[in-house]
Amino acid sequence: MTDTTESIESFRARARAWLADNMPRLADAARLSGDDPAHWERARELQRKLHAGGFAGICFPEEYGGLGLPYAYQQAFSEEAEGYEMPIVLNIPSFSICCATLLDVGSEEQKREHIGAAIRGEEVLCQFLSEPSGGSDLAGLITRAERDGENWVINGAKIWSTFAYGADYGLCLARTDPEKPKHDGLTMFLMPTRAPGLTMNRIRMSDGTDEFCEEFFDNVVLGPEHVVGRVNDGWTVASRQLYHERTAVGGGSIYTSGYGQPPTRSRPDIVDLVRRAGRAADPDVRRTVGEAIVMSTVHEQLVERVSAGIEGGHLPPAAASVPRLFHAEETEAHADALVRAAGASAAVASAGNAFEDVGLHYLCRQAGSLGGGSSEMARNLISERLLGMPREQAADRGIPFNQIKRGTR
Amino acid sequence: MEFELSSDQKLFLATARDFLEKDYPLDRIRRTGEETTGFDRDWWARAAELGWTALLVPEELGGGSISGNGVRDLALLAEELGTGLAPGALLATNAVLAGLVAAHGTGPDHTAEIEALVAGESIASWAVYEPEGQWDPLAPALTASPLDGGGFRLEGAKDRVEAAGQADLLLVTAATPDGTAQFLVPAGADGVTVEPQRSLDLARAFGAVRFDGVRVAESALVGRPGDDRAVERQLQVALVVQCAEVCGGLVRMFDATLRWAFDRYAFGRPIASYQALKHRFADKRTWIEACQATTSAAAAAVQEESADAARLVSVAKAFVGDRSLAVLQDCVQIHGGIGVTWEHDLHLFLRRATADHSLYGTPDEHRRRVAGLAGL
Ligand SMILES: Cc1cc2nc3c(=O)[nH]c(=O)nc-3n(C[C@H](O)[C@H](O)[C@H](O)COP(=O)(O)OP(=O)(O)OC[C@H]3O[C@@H](n4cnc5c(N)ncnc54)[C@H](O)[C@@H]3O)c2cc1C
Repeated sequence: MTDTTESIESFRARARAWLADNMPRLADAARLSGDDPAHWERARELQRKLHAGGFAGICFPEEYGGLGLPYAYQQAFSEEAEGYEMPIVLNIPSFSICCATLLDVGSEEQKREHIGAAIRGEEVLCQFLSEPSGGSDLAGLITRAERDGENWVINGAKIWSTFAYGADYGLCLARTDPEKPKHDGLTMFLMPTRAPGLTMNRIRMSDGTDEFCEEFFDNVVLGPEHVVGRVNDGWTVASRQLYHERTAVGGGSIYTSGYGQPPTRSRPDIVDLVRRAGRAADPDVRRTVGEAIVMSTVHEQLVERVSAGIEGGHLPPAAASVPRLFHAEETEAHADALVRAAGASAAVASAGNAFEDVGLHYLCRQAGSLGGGSSEMARNLISERLLGMPREQAADRGIPFNQIKRGTR
Repeated sequence: MEFELSSDQKLFLATARDFLEKDYPLDRIRRTGEETTGFDRDWWARAAELGWTALLVPEELGGGSISGNGVRDLALLAEELGTGLAPGALLATNAVLAGLVAAHGTGPDHTAEIEALVAGESIASWAVYEPEGQWDPLAPALTASPLDGGGFRLEGAKDRVEAAGQADLLLVTAATPDGTAQFLVPAGADGVTVEPQRSLDLARAFGAVRFDGVRVAESALVGRPGDDRAVERQLQVALVVQCAEVCGGLVRMFDATLRWAFDRYAFGRPIASYQALKHRFADKRTWIEACQATTSAAAAAVQEESADAARLVSVAKAFVGDRSLAVLQDCVQIHGGIGVTWEHDLHLFLRRATADHSLYGTPDEHRRRVAGLAGL
């Protein structure tokens, strides 16, 4: 599809017809949990279908395998795709964070190769940023990459990498010069998840699923073509990546296709839950349900407003933290509302009750306030970058990395 | 509240701002103290000339909007006037006009009244609350009994009627044998008595109105008994105006509080440098952006008369109603002692926001409505 003059209406109509003929109905989809490898095979297969049909990578440029269309086309497609089984799990982080970052700062070669492969359903990307020693202070990471001729040798560890077991490459930030202040000695690498020397383990989460991974790098060797951006300029790359991450987690990325969440974190429907619990007549419960709907509706409205504001130049890019912060508040409020609405049904599993959904969902209530940068970091960004309030005192500013004090945990 | 304004809209808003600042600066509103008696009639007539009462009315009935989207224009105007805490009958008159226009062609003709309201020659207000009652517009205790020779006899009481002392026309919800109906009753009709009520909002007067055997002609009916569409439309417009004016006040008080935080020092540094306060500013900034998002989405839905409009105005009211108070009270807190004084502007806006919080359905009432609209 290269005809960029096609109207949205015509595109929408074509999408509707194509979806009806080609994509499986969501109602018929097998309920695969997000940590099941079969889910990943399925997602790739669905992505290949989208690509074959000419509806993949709608907002990515044509030269990298996309359609090069404005966001309105993607929105139309996502609206039409409701009710169909979509490769939702590829949206975050693969498309909306990793591919978006490559598009901004990757080499021509990397863009052509990896964005194209992701759009074709052949490659999945993930993020290797956080480390056991800390995630908020990302620039304080300690994984090292040392030169060996023209290659790089990487040693260290990453953690909390979402969906890494389903991915082919990770955007991995490592320290290439410990004598420079912490932001200045970093480099971003595009690391194959199956590189020799890389060991990956799954991490079990509090709700029993394991969508997180940890990776250990033991002399992983990467050639120069794996460097993203420039050597020792990794913070520029990471900054773009974090920007895309906030936008994606906040719900405002133009690179996601289809609505909804992957099944691991899919949220129970509160109206349905209240009906099943037989509590629809209770005014307090009705209030709780109303509040949950109010919060999710306002979140959508906020995402739309801030995306339009940033796109139109009415709001600075730092405003992307606003919907990100509200997203955290909304997910917390929703988890609370579900527990309140379920009442006595949240404690034990028995036939037909809501326990599985609600109680387990509640355990990971804070995930939305941590993943994609914590709420506290979002508040720092909003107050400092959007409101111009004084920056937090930093004991490590301007000091060579190898002279900075570090914690013991 | 909206990012992109046409030059006509900008001019309209700038004119409204100047007009308000010249005649009703905040100090004048503060001075009126608790004896709010209302506003100057001539001033309102001039406001009408600026177009404040014309936005929802089609051109053939003497109205006209600025952008072709009257509800959105009204929301922008309300935001601007909320920033200046305007007195006047913006909400009252426009809510009534919304109902009259919605019912136009379905019952007795009210073209003359619509034109007089648009021209600012008369002022109208919606008499919907009843003494001690909560928001329940379709279950009035006030009765309108059909008379043998035609017409109706109204018996009952209303209160929290905005600008009751100045209104020429009252749009009264009443129970009839055929369901809830609305009547346009002249405030000077025999049997109508108005008693002022002390108002929390210093810029706005309210009154209680008794209807003791008030006789009205058939022609006073608005629409048809049992047809609730006009009531819903009035509610939607009232909520859009409320939320928009509150947004205006929020931005103004937030900006003032942020400046204060930069200027105020404690322990040798500006209080703006404390993370505990920075984080609260970040939350407030986020909530205000969300208030604007939900208000403009509601205004757009009411503009388009979309099927989702009822839900979206309730979403906006539930959110803005509560978050506005949270934001303003935190602004008070960050000001310290000065924040709870009469001389400070904060309470003027807190009064308005608290009154708006409670009228036309509280946030909780709207949450329940949202649940109902979601099929529960
Ligand atoms: C669902 C989920 C998905 C994730 N996916 C990925 C992924 O794909 N790839 C990846 O690399 N990482 C991922 N993460 C990791 C995530 O980015 C980190 O958990 C996050 O940045 C916080 O880092 P930390 O866990 O090390 O906590 P820390 O940084 O140690 O923070 C601990 C606490 O201190 C607070 N804090 C820290 N600094 C400040 C400050 N300056 N001011 C105020 N408070 C502060 C934090 O907000 C937090 O509450 C994911 C996390 C979650 C929960």
